[in-house]
Amino acid sequence: MTKDSPQYWRSLEELAQTEEFRAFVEDEFPNRTPDWNDPTSRRRFLTLMGASIALAGASACTVQPKEMIVPYVRQPEEFIPGRPLFYATSVSTAGIATGLLVESHEGRPTKIEGNPLHPSSLGATDATMQASVLTLYDPDRSQTVTRNGNISGWGSFITALTEARDAAGLKQGAGFRLLTGTVTSPTLAAQIQDFLAGFPAAKWHRYEPCGRHSVRAGAVAAFGQPFNTIYRFDRAAVIVSLDADFLGPSMPGNLRYVRDYSDRRRAAAENATSPPPRLYVAEGTPSITGGMAEHKFRMRTSEVEAFAASLAQELQSPSSESSPDVRALAQDLSAHRGAAIVVAGDHQPSNVHVIAHAINQMLGNTGKTVVYTDPVEAGPIDEVASLTELVNDMRSGEVETLLMLGGNPVYDAPADLNFLQELKKVKTRAHLGLYSNETAAWCHWHIPEAHYLEAWSDARAYDGSASIVQPLIAPLYGGKTPHELMNALTNQADRSSHDTVRDFWRTQHPAQDFDEFWQISLHDGLIAGTTFIEKIPPAVRPAALSVARVTGLEIVFRPDPSVGDGSLSNNAWLQEMPKPQNKMTWDNAVWISPTSAQKYGVTTGDVIEIAFEGRKVDGPVWILPGHADESLTVHFGYGRTRAGKVANAIGFSAYALRTTAAIWHGSGAAFTRKSSGYPFATTQHTQTMEERDPFRAATFDEYHQNPEFANPEDKHVSPETTLFPMWGYEAHKWGMSIDLTACIGCQACTIACQSENNIPVVGKAEVAKGRHMNWLRVDRYYEGSLDDPQVSYQPVPCMHCENALCELVCPVAATVHSAEGLNEMVYNRCVGTRYCSNNCPYKVRRFNFFLYADWDTQSLFGARNPDVSVRSRGVMEKCSYCVQRINTAKIESEKQDRPLADGEIVTACQQVCPAQAIVFGDLNDPNSRVSKLKRQQRNYGLLEELNSRPRTTYLARLRNPNPELEKG
Amino acid sequence: MKPEDQESTNVATLDPGPDKIIGPGHDYGTVTDEISGVVLRPFLKTPPQMFIGFAIAFILVNLLMVAVTWLFVRGVGVWGITMPVAWGFAIVNFVWWIGIGHAGTLISAILLLLKQDWRTSINRFAEAMTLFAVACAGMFPVLHLGRPWLAYWLLPYPNTMWLWPQPRSPLIWDVFAVSTYATVSIIFWFTGLIPDLATMRDKAGNATTRKIFGVLALGWRGSAKHWARYQKAYLLLAGLSTPLVISVHSVVSFDFAVAILPGWHTTIFPPYFVAGAIYSGFAMVLTLAIPVRRWYHLEDLITMRHIECMSKVMLGTGLIVAYGYAMEAFMAWYSGGQFERYAFVNRMWEGGYWWTYWILILCNIAIPQLLWSRRVRMSIPAVFVIALIVNVGMWLERFVIVVTSLTRDFVPSSWGTYYPTIWDWSTYLGTIGVFLCLMFLFIRGLPAISIFEMREVVHHNAESEHAHRD
Repeated sequence: MTKDSPQYWRSLEELAQTEEFRAFVEDEFPNRTPDWNDPTSRRRFLTLMGASIALAGASACTVQPKEMIVPYVRQPEEFIPGRPLFYATSVSTAGIATGLLVESHEGRPTKIEGNPLHPSSLGATDATMQASVLTLYDPDRSQTVTRNGNISGWGSFITALTEARDAAGLKQGAGFRLLTGTVTSPTLAAQIQDFLAGFPAAKWHRYEPCGRHSVRAGAVAAFGQPFNTIYRFDRAAVIVSLDADFLGPSMPGNLRYVRDYSDRRRAAAENATSPPPRLYVAEGTPSITGGMAEHKFRMRTSEVEAFAASLAQELQSPSSESSPDVRALAQDLSAHRGAAIVVAGDHQPSNVHVIAHAINQMLGNTGKTVVYTDPVEAGPIDEVASLTELVNDMRSGEVETLLMLGGNPVYDAPADLNFLQELKKVKTRAHLGLYSNETAAWCHWHIPEAHYLEAWSDARAYDGSASIVQPLIAPLYGGKTPHELMNALTNQADRSSHDTVRDFWRTQHPAQDFDEFWQISLHDGLIAGTTFIEKIPPAVRPAALSVARVTGLEIVFRPDPSVGDGSLSNNAWLQEMPKPQNKMTWDNAVWISPTSAQKYGVTTGDVIEIAFEGRKVDGPVWILPGHADESLTVHFGYGRTRAGKVANAIGFSAYALRTTAAIWHGSGAAFTRKSSGYPFATTQHTQTMEERDPFRAATFDEYHQNPEFANPEDKHVSPETTLFPMWGYEAHKWGMSIDLTACIGCQACTIACQSENNIPVVGKAEVAKGRHMNWLRVDRYYEGSLDDPQVSYQPVPCMHCENALCELVCPVAATVHSAEGLNEMVYNRCVGTRYCSNNCPYKVRRFNFFLYADWDTQSLFGARNPDVSVRSRGVMEKCSYCVQRINTAKIESEKQDRPLADGEIVTACQQVCPAQAIVFGDLNDPNSRVSKLKRQQRNYGLLEELNSRPRTTYLARLRNPNPELEKG
Repeated sequence: MKPEDQESTNVATLDPGPDKIIGPGHDYGTVTDEISGVVLRPFLKTPPQMFIGFAIAFILVNLLMVAVTWLFVRGVGVWGITMPVAWGFAIVNFVWWIGIGHAGTLISAILLLLKQDWRTSINRFAEAMTLFAVACAGMFPVLHLGRPWLAYWLLPYPNTMWLWPQPRSPLIWDVFAVSTYATVSIIFWFTGLIPDLATMRDKAGNATTRKIFGVLALGWRGSAKHWARYQKAYLLLAGLSTPLVISVHSVVSFDFAVAILPGWHTTIFPPYFVAGAIYSGFAMVLTLAIPVRRWYHLEDLITMRHIECMSKVMLGTGLIVAYGYAMEAFMAWYSGGQFERYAFVNRMWEGGYWWTYWILILCNIAIPQLLWSRRVRMSIPAVFVIALIVNVGMWLERFVIVVTSLTRDFVPSSWGTYYPTIWDWSTYLGTIGVFLCLMFLFIRGLPAISIFEMREVVHHNAESEHAHRD
């Protein structure tokens, strides 16, 4: 020891003065000694060590957003590894918001749920929203700012943008253009208005490819103002849909509408005194709503207008010359004044909307079943005209800078505008987008956009309620929000989206308690008091009816039932989701009626060349029963060239035929057959029930007269049909009830299940072989004539049979029964004989013929539910009744030493269902919802006669047809 | 007389006709020489047909190697199986091969117990065929697993997790039935070979051959004690094998009969599968024996009587199978069960595979009726062609049962189709290659006809002739 070192030392530091200790430390921890000798940096080292250990355990390698976000159910202090947190946010579909609760595991959003407090969700979501979490992790998303296709930086872009703006600023902003979709975000609208105030000659163009163009135009034509229409299906006894797919995903508020409509149907099924609603649908292209209709009037899309007009005529002055359909319809409507709804379809021309508004007013529905408010969108304008103006200005060289906040006009603008050709004349073109898409390819600048799960923003729902979009994760690829771009334009490039949104709402709620208001708004996912108040519109101005009858072959344009307008094309879950109408995956097709197909000599799988207004596109034919004759339906969303690995080069682009004049449909199409044998990949090959009765239906009247109709004598198997005593199921006895009266067949459950249970995507070739993996399929059966059949939808998950046939034949006991009645699959034990599937009469088992799960794409791991195993090759899998959710709830209840409450366990399919058709619970509890439902007389089990004793049972479908029309 | 020189044999290798099971003029020596001559002749004196046949079979074996490698690399998805048809060629082939094996056991065990002396010259051959067929069959249950490397989980081996196979599954019964069958068959076959291996040892020209046969002969000296013990053991093994003829294919049929699938769930399956197995087995023995008999000039040992007897067995079992088909169809109709009825409508008319059913009826029922005619039975080409047709028919029967039933079960929404892929075919053809390869090697390397039993036949003939003269 050296002289000046202390004899007695209280700490290592003191001792560290010694040479020996130094030598020891030097030896033991080379390069660490300075840290030990420098008290500050040593402490920092220890701090970092401690923190990194904590972080390694707590948050793995995910990045947290730096602003505070507020969990919905549990406090941030309760952030416990392995326990998910739920945050409220909202998603916009064509600008219209739906409130969500997003499940986050260790800072990683994994599952989308609906926000029960949000008026447009009430806890439900649709397939597209379910799948949006996959888009977040899509490795094909654009990841860097690019300039002329080369990697660049945000800073360089800001410089370039500011220069362009300043150049335009010399001319009051002339030559500077903004292009957005429909904007409902109050913050963004305010930012844009701010910018336009500074640059009055700059222009803001809006175009949403599948926006509500004719709804807006119809409201303006009827009332002089773009009123927003909200329907109250919970109050409607008679509903007439004029080609309105209000139950389908394309109409804003649809989730709420489904809920309201099915609530009424369910109530009527449970209680004979509650009148069931009656739905009439006039349509050309079969929709989900058409599938629910008691009476479907099949007509060409262009004939709906005439039909609507004759209905209005008949209502005004009944005449014996009207068709019996229209007469019966008018009588029914007249009998239900104030309790009827006439809905015009978003894709019908404005005249139909005017007629619908007029009929609703005439019947006194306004203010009762049909409610009007101010428009939801900011600055509603005719978007088609707005885009046309932009293109005209580009052509004349007036546009010097074009900044596109999202969108993909090169792909989805009407073909007659020649958008791309004119775009090339713009000097500076910048594009913000999730993907470096077709438009980005032609822009000088492309900036990756933040996904809604990474971004701060706000948006309005179908009824005007505003909600905050909060991020669950920091942008994975450094994406930017439109708010940040607008900030850059107004010289506030450093201002974050969070501050922008928060400051905007501070101006809206300037009170002292803003912090509290903000917290509550974030927590609830809804800003209180923002729902629009009801407006009383003026009397409807009569429509100028077009008398000319449309002739020639009609072509109808529609967003795709699964991938919509194409912005979600690169989502493999949606690509592989069987489209409700024809169970087709990975493609779009030209839908044609059986009669027309015969007339034109084409059949399913023939590739035809459609010519419309001088443009030509090749597409394969699909014969769709229930489709209008002399009409073709083509869907958007396909034929992408720069969508990503998933969606590139599949299907054909229907946008290539769309014109500004025929935005939703047009006539005068022609086609020629080019080749045949196009391979489609569908998940269901047999379209009818083949004289069997998996799907049982009756009218409400028949049900009341013969409540046992769904349980004929010959299906009964007495419980004594066994030598062995039945298992007791003492603790719990799980069961599920699926109400076919409520189910609309939307497939949201399929995708919710896929997201919850890490179900892999197999690709078109495998689907074509019949190897799709969805644990929950929705069967679709046709009944009646080939031209106009009745459509029935039946979701089929695992039945969890008490006498499970699969368990009997498994040689290694890889599928076994739990004491609570679950039919469980032990993946680890499965050797893959597939015998269980052969012996399953419901064919709900799915097999990993190859290694379907993606073990290579790192980014996709984020979307996986950590509570569910990712299956390997050669293993059977199937619906587990979301056993992970059952166990989570059981553990919670045990910890709190209380019995499980009914409704505490919600399966993924049940949670997502907008119609609340699926109910799960404990059959040992006679008061549970599921027990009560199963006591209904219309309860039946699929193939019960096999004595499999299924735990999943169905409530038979009840319909409410009009006796007048039924007779005819 | 040199054994390898056919020309020097003073016994004409002429077919003695339908009454005799051995040609005229044979004594112990000529029988021994003729049979061992096949094995002991120089390599290059092997008939050229054998080389060509082996070359083709060997190419098929290599095809199997490629197919199996690809299968293991990628997974069972390389085959055409899908949902709902989760079993395809692999199971069809498994049942077909197992069925083919049956003739061997039946000939060696049951016919031995029934003292059918015509079995003697074909039993060794048929037993070998059984073994090789079971070997081919045994591959499929492992190959068809999703995770073949875990196939041993089907065996009840002690483990720390106390996990055992699930005994209610017919697949577990299969494991036991087939493994027992394979074990007993191989012991039976080898036991039968021992005296002949000693003969081969004694006749072998060079030291290596002598050593190999010497080891295999297990020290057989042909003493009376040996023979006494041997006869007893052989009879016991025959007794042990006899129930296996019935049990194995009954258990295999349970794979289907126990399942609930319409078209599978049929109580007649066990006897009908057994009859079918013997049917196809005899067809396969004929398919193999006819060319070998010709290539090695064994017409005097495998005589027309053998051919005719086997034809008769084929005809008889074929009729049982026909009865099975009729009963299946009748019960489907008589049960009134909607699903059961539809399964048959689908099998015969509606589904995409109706033609397989009718080809099967043609192959298994219609054409073999020609065997009622003695003229057909006595015509080698006719019997050969019919045997081939029955082989095809029996394969189709399994295809119809396995695949067609699976394509259309209970819920129409899940109905599907099955298309075999190139890998399905490669695996199937590959196992045929394995089978033929082993057969060729066996014929070339071991006495394909039981020498000592043929000597017994000679002895009996001499005795009866002697008695006749007295």
